[in-house]
Amino acid sequence: MVGATLIDLVLPLAQEAAEAHEPGFVPFLPSWIVLLPFLGFVMNGAVAYLAPERRRLVSVVGPGVLGLAFVIAAVNLVLIARVHDAEPVIRSYWTWIEVGHLRIDAALQLDQLSIIMALVVTCVSFIIHVYSVGYMGEDPGYARYFAYLNLFVFFMLVLVLGASFPLMFIGWEGVGLCSYLLIGFWFRESAKADAGQKAFIVNRIGDFGFLMAMFATFAYLGTLDFQGVFEAAPRAFEYGGAAVTLITLFLFLGCTGKSAQIPLYVWLPDAMHGPTPVSALIHAATMVTAGVYLVARAGVLFALAPLSMNVVAVIGGATALFAGTIAVQQFDIKRVVAYSTISQLGYMFLAVGVGAYTAGIFHLGTHAFFKALLFMASGAVIHAMHHSLEHAGEPAGEDVTQDMRNMGALKRYMPTTFKTAWIGALALAGVFPLAGFFSKDEIIWSVGARGQTVLWVVAIITAMLTAGYITRWLVMTFHGENRTGEQARKHLHEAAPIMVGALVVLAIGSVVTGWVNVPEALPLLPEFTWLHHFLHPSFAQAEHIIVEHLGEAAHASPIGGGEGMWALISTAAAIVVILLVFNALSGKKYLPVREAKEPTGIWGLLYHKYYVDELYDLAIVRPFKWICTFSWRVIDQGLIDGVMVNGVGYTTRFGGWVISRFQTGYLGTYVLIIVLGVLIMLGAVMLQG
Amino acid sequence: MFFESLVVSAVLFAVGVAGVLLRRNAIVMFMCIELMLNAVNLSFVAISRYVGIEGQLFVIFVMTVAAAEAAVGLAIIISIFRHYESVDVRNFRLLRW
Repeated sequence: MVGATLIDLVLPLAQEAAEAHEPGFVPFLPSWIVLLPFLGFVMNGAVAYLAPERRRLVSVVGPGVLGLAFVIAAVNLVLIARVHDAEPVIRSYWTWIEVGHLRIDAALQLDQLSIIMALVVTCVSFIIHVYSVGYMGEDPGYARYFAYLNLFVFFMLVLVLGASFPLMFIGWEGVGLCSYLLIGFWFRESAKADAGQKAFIVNRIGDFGFLMAMFATFAYLGTLDFQGVFEAAPRAFEYGGAAVTLITLFLFLGCTGKSAQIPLYVWLPDAMHGPTPVSALIHAATMVTAGVYLVARAGVLFALAPLSMNVVAVIGGATALFAGTIAVQQFDIKRVVAYSTISQLGYMFLAVGVGAYTAGIFHLGTHAFFKALLFMASGAVIHAMHHSLEHAGEPAGEDVTQDMRNMGALKRYMPTTFKTAWIGALALAGVFPLAGFFSKDEIIWSVGARGQTVLWVVAIITAMLTAGYITRWLVMTFHGENRTGEQARKHLHEAAPIMVGALVVLAIGSVVTGWVNVPEALPLLPEFTWLHHFLHPSFAQAEHIIVEHLGEAAHASPIGGGEGMWALISTAAAIVVILLVFNALSGKKYLPVREAKEPTGIWGLLYHKYYVDELYDLAIVRPFKWICTFSWRVIDQGLIDGVMVNGVGYTTRFGGWVISRFQTGYLGTYVLIIVLGVLIMLGAVMLQG
Repeated sequence: MFFESLVVSAVLFAVGVAGVLLRRNAIVMFMCIELMLNAVNLSFVAISRYVGIEGQLFVIFVMTVAAAEAAVGLAIIISIFRHYESVDVRNFRLLRW
């Protein structure tokens, strides 16, 4: 660690001396971006073991390390933004693996893409850590919680900053581990522990794809460093060839697991059993976007495989629409937001699938803010519900406190949460001038401009669905009449100041982050495509390949009209949907959970999430269990234990028993047998002779 | 003379085998074993006439061993008799599974 710092401090001086006339990008303490969260993990982990009651220390260390990491990341962003078209900087610390032709360094790659990702990760993590101080304040596992959370951020930063596929894979697996640990944080309840396992197992399926892709990449290119791979790929692979298509499809299988896309999305809604800040950080803002980051990072490979690009785009679009419809009929306050996350991730894949890498990363960044905001607003509501029900002496389980049918009219009790939730919802719905407007419109526009008419229509329909379900979420939670119950209602109160503060900061983020990339086509606004220009060097090679083979993107949508016009249309559509849903639902009387009936018909289908979990259970889980039971009972217990191990024993014992019958104990028998034996031998000798 | 000696030896041996197989009295069986040994001794002596002095030499060895065996065997039979009050071999069936 000290060595790494020394390298950080000395190398810039050496590089500056070497390039005295050519000011390049010199990163500022990059190793500490990664090391600080790890230090936090070590310290909090030690506290969790040795003195779990030292809460104040944890409260300072946990968020503190991330605050520092955020500052360093921000400094690096400023440094790299000052240099025009800065080359990626590889900072290698030691050789991790060296076998034959394979050489993998423990190296960080600092370029525009990784630094902007590191900035988003550290920023959102810092805010969520601060929020957690309030949210988890009374939990007995406080130090353990922060240790896991710090460890998660460490792995996430390794994933983002690692300079090779294997290093990224370490982060990839590490965040999966932390996700498992944090979903099952309250592991004494079996539903939560099961949800953690489900997430882990489903992710393993995706990880298999990532591994296969790495093996294939090494087999074809002989290297796994990002730079080496992306330099060699255009020469080694023919455009649209089988090898690169296979590699990218395997990579995308990994993405569908980690980023909860069809068909491996099923773990994410169940992951809502974890503490709400965890849902906000891991299952909305950072970890689940790793797949999008991977596709963007491996943009060159994907650009060489048009089939894979189409698969990514189609799966993304399908997931966006599919999850959006499910969100319409969910009653759990967190599940609505969870399905919304899946849907928005679908948007991001749609974007990177049509080659609009900047749009995908842009949406990733803005989504991190407003989705974290929505989750944490939900968290504040759940926190308040839990406390009020507990004070009233009523059952305060997850199924009661998180069901929106038990809420309503919370704007009276939680005014700040209410306001920030509205901001987050409008940002998600893509209403001008909030963050979601810019990023989502850019995605929809890019899809249309690439001539993917069906996906373009899907994206627009999903945008309207998004506006619809999030308005329903707002109305059921904050408007209408209160359904919490007479006793509990008196105890409803606004969240702790530290939580409200975090919500306000995120709300500000949800407003301003969109403005880093204002396309020129929008009327009345100054053109400010900073992000696009900033990220250009990272995606230039991939975009070049796409343009070379598919031509420039069109300047009109599939049915005419420019970007500005369609941006206006979609915003107007979103606002109309919001107003319609708001009017339709605010008069509607919902019954509290214990009196409510299950929805039927098409609503029932959506309420039961298209029965996908049941389908998977029937088609995969149960046959798999049968195979396992067969292997266990028949092959292991029957064949191996029974026939082979015990069989040998039984046979030997039986043979021994049979032969022991000859030992009669009568002298006469022995003599007879000896004589017979002698006669037989004599006979044999005589016959031979 | 040579041939007759071998015939007597074979007859003696067969009588010994039949005795061991058919009689139940341990002493008689024991004597039949001695009979077999001596039948072999007779063959040794007869054949040594053509083969050499080693046959007769071997007979001395066999008689020595037979004497030792007789001493041990009789001792065992006496101790069995003290235990069972009988020397009928049908009573001795401890040596089994």
